[in-house]
Amino acid sequence: MYRYDEFDDTFVRERVAEFRGQVARRLSGDLTEEQFKPLRLMNGLYLQLHAYMLRVAIPYGTLSARQLRQLAMIARKYDKGYGHFTTRQNIQYNWPALIDVPDILSDLADVEMHAIQTSGNCIRNVTSDPYAGAATGEVDDPRVWSEVIRQWSSLHPEFSFLPRKFKIAVTASDEDRAAIKVHDIGLRLYRNEEGDRGFEVLVGGGLGRTPFIAETIRAFLPERRLLSYLEAIMRVYNRHGRRDNKYKARVKILVSVDPDDFRRQVEKEWEKSDKDRLDAPLEELLRIRRHFAPPNFEMLTQDSAALNDARRDNEEFNRWISVNSRAHRQPGYAIVNISLKPIGKPPGDISADQMDAVADIAERFSFDEIRATHEQNLCLPHVKKDDLFAVWRALDGAGLATANIGLASDIIACPGLDYCDLANARSIPIAERIAERFADPRKAADVGELKIKISGCINACGHHHVGHIGILGVDKKGEEFYQITLGGSGAEDASIGAITGRGFSSSEVVDAVDRLVDFYKDSRKPGERFLDAYRRLGAEPFKEALYGETSH
Amino acid sequence: MARLRIKDGRAAVDDRAKGQEITLDAWRDGVRPEAGRFELSIPNTEDVEALAAVVSRFDAVILDFPTFQDGRAYSQARTLRERLAFKGEIRARGDVLCDQALFMIRCGFDALDIGDGDIEGFRRALNAYSAVYQPAGDDMTPIRMRRLPNSVAA
Repeated sequence: MYRYDEFDDTFVRERVAEFRGQVARRLSGDLTEEQFKPLRLMNGLYLQLHAYMLRVAIPYGTLSARQLRQLAMIARKYDKGYGHFTTRQNIQYNWPALIDVPDILSDLADVEMHAIQTSGNCIRNVTSDPYAGAATGEVDDPRVWSEVIRQWSSLHPEFSFLPRKFKIAVTASDEDRAAIKVHDIGLRLYRNEEGDRGFEVLVGGGLGRTPFIAETIRAFLPERRLLSYLEAIMRVYNRHGRRDNKYKARVKILVSVDPDDFRRQVEKEWEKSDKDRLDAPLEELLRIRRHFAPPNFEMLTQDSAALNDARRDNEEFNRWISVNSRAHRQPGYAIVNISLKPIGKPPGDISADQMDAVADIAERFSFDEIRATHEQNLCLPHVKKDDLFAVWRALDGAGLATANIGLASDIIACPGLDYCDLANARSIPIAERIAERFADPRKAADVGELKIKISGCINACGHHHVGHIGILGVDKKGEEFYQITLGGSGAEDASIGAITGRGFSSSEVVDAVDRLVDFYKDSRKPGERFLDAYRRLGAEPFKEALYGETSH
Repeated sequence: MARLRIKDGRAAVDDRAKGQEITLDAWRDGVRPEAGRFELSIPNTEDVEALAAVVSRFDAVILDFPTFQDGRAYSQARTLRERLAFKGEIRARGDVLCDQALFMIRCGFDALDIGDGDIEGFRRALNAYSAVYQPAGDDMTPIRMRRLPNSVAA
C-alpha cells in the first residue's frame, strides 16, 4: 500500500499546524463559530446534535494494522471507545472535544493519515473497490489512480469552494463495488479493443433529494490523461454549477439539464488545456504504482484440504465461509469480509478492542492490510484458505464473525435522529429491528441477497434510493414515518428505487418489510434475487403485498 | 482598506495610488480610460476567456468574491494566467480572508484587497505550506516534479 514520503509527511504536518492555529483562534474567541465553520469543515469536523463529530479519511478504504491500531487508540483516548465506519470508507468519531482535535490530527499524521476534505464543498476523500488488488477480473489496481487523485485533489486551490461537495469513485472491474454510478464522478478503468487501458468517465450521479444515475460523458479516456480531464470537468462545474440553491447545486443538476451540452463544454475545456503540464508525469505514476505491487503470495493450489475439513466439521464456520468470503485472484487465497452489522447493534460501529483484534488478525493473516467497504463493513483482502478457520475463530472471539454479508441484516443506515441534526426520523433502531427479524441464519440464507438501506431524511446518507428495499424516514406531524422504495441498486446494474405509497409508522415498518420478503419468496424463480424478481414482476404485485388489494 | 501585493510568497502593503477602475459594464457601454494605471473589474459570472482582447489593455484585473464560499473567481484567475498568459496584476476583492489567501495566490492572484484584515494573519497563511501537490496558476513547483530524481527543486 501507499507509504508517505517526506513531502506527504510534511504536507499533513503543516496541515495540522495550520488547524491548530485556527482552533486556538476559535477557543480564544478571535473567530466566531460562523467564521470557524468552513475551516473546521475542511478538516472533517462537524458540529452535530450533541457534540463535535470528526470524520477521518481512509483514502480508497485501505488501512494497515498500524493505522487501525492508531484509530483504536484515538477511540479510547479522545472518544467513548468506539468508532463508526461510514458509507464512504471513512471512520467517524462522535464525541471528540474541540480542544483535542489538533492532537487527534497529529496522532493521525503519525500513521500517515488525515481528515482533509472529508467535508466541505470540495473534492471529498476518493473511494474505490474494497477488493482492489484481490478481486478476479480487474484490469489494474484502482488504488493507483485513487492515490493519484488523492494527491491532486488535496488542497486544490481552484476547487476548494465549489457550489457543493464533490465525490469521486474509482473501479477497475466490471463488477462495481464502489457505487460509481451514484457519484459526482465515477471512473471505470477497462481495456478497449486495441488493448489500451482507459477510463469510462461518468458524471452526475448522486442520491439526496433528487437522485440520478450518472451519465457517461466520455466512453474512453486514455489513463494518462486522467487529471487534465478531471480538471476540465471540475472547471465547468465550478463556473456553471448553481450557487443560488443548495439543493440544486450538485453537478448532477447541471448534467441533467442537458447532458450533451455538459459533455461539449467539458471536451472544449479539455481540448484547450495544457495537458502535459496538468497530467502526472509517467515517473510519478510509476512511483505510485510501485507502492501497490502485489504482496508475496505463496504458490498454492486452489483447493485447501484444511478448509474443506473445517467446513465439513463446523456448520457455523461453513455458513460464515459461504456468506462472508469471496473468490481471490491468487489460487489458494480468499477475500474475507468482516461484518460490522451484528444483529441488534448500530451498523458500522466498532469498538477499540475490536479494531485492535482486526489489526492483529490482518498482520498475521492478510499481509497487514484491511479495507473499509462502502457498505460499512471491513474486509481482509488476502487470506490463505488454509488460515480461514483460524481467522474465523479469532474474529469470533472478538464478536466479529456475523455471517450476513449481502443478506437482509447487512443493512446500510445513516446515523439518523439519534445523532444527526438534519434527520427527521431514527434509522438505527429500525435497522436493528429489521436485522432481528432476519437474524435466523437459515431464514436469511433462504432470502439470499437483499440490500436494505435506511435514511433518516431526504439527504439520503443511508442510500435508500439504491436499496433493493429502501426505507426513508419522514416526519409527519411530529411522528416518525417510513416510506418504502423498491428496486434500487448501487452496483453495475444501478437504478433508483420507486416509491411504493404511503409510509408506515415505526411499529408497522418491520412487518411491511416482512410482507415484501414473503411475497418475494412465494413468487421467485429458482436462484432469482429479490431485485431480479422485482424487475421481472414490476411494482404492482409488491405494492399489493404491502398495502393489500383494496388500499390503492 | 489595506491592499497587499504578493511576490515570491512575500506580502507587502501596496501603498501606490489607486489605479482608475472601469467596470466591465462601463467598458461595454463605451467608457474608455484616460491616463495612468487602468484596472478592469469583472463579475465572477463572466467567461474571461471571451475577454482576452479587453483584459490585455489593462494593467490590472479585479476579480470578485461576493462571499468566500463562492469560488468562481479562482477559475477566472487561472484562465487569465494559464490560458491568456495575462501578465498584469490580478487582485482579489470582496470576502477576502486569510484562510483562503494561499488558494488565491496559487490560482494566479498577486494582489489582495484585505479590508481591515490582519496583515500578519495573511503573512502566516501564505507561508503555511512548503509544498503543494498540483500545478496551478502560480509558479510553485508541485511535489510530483520535486520528486523526480534530477529535480533541481528537490
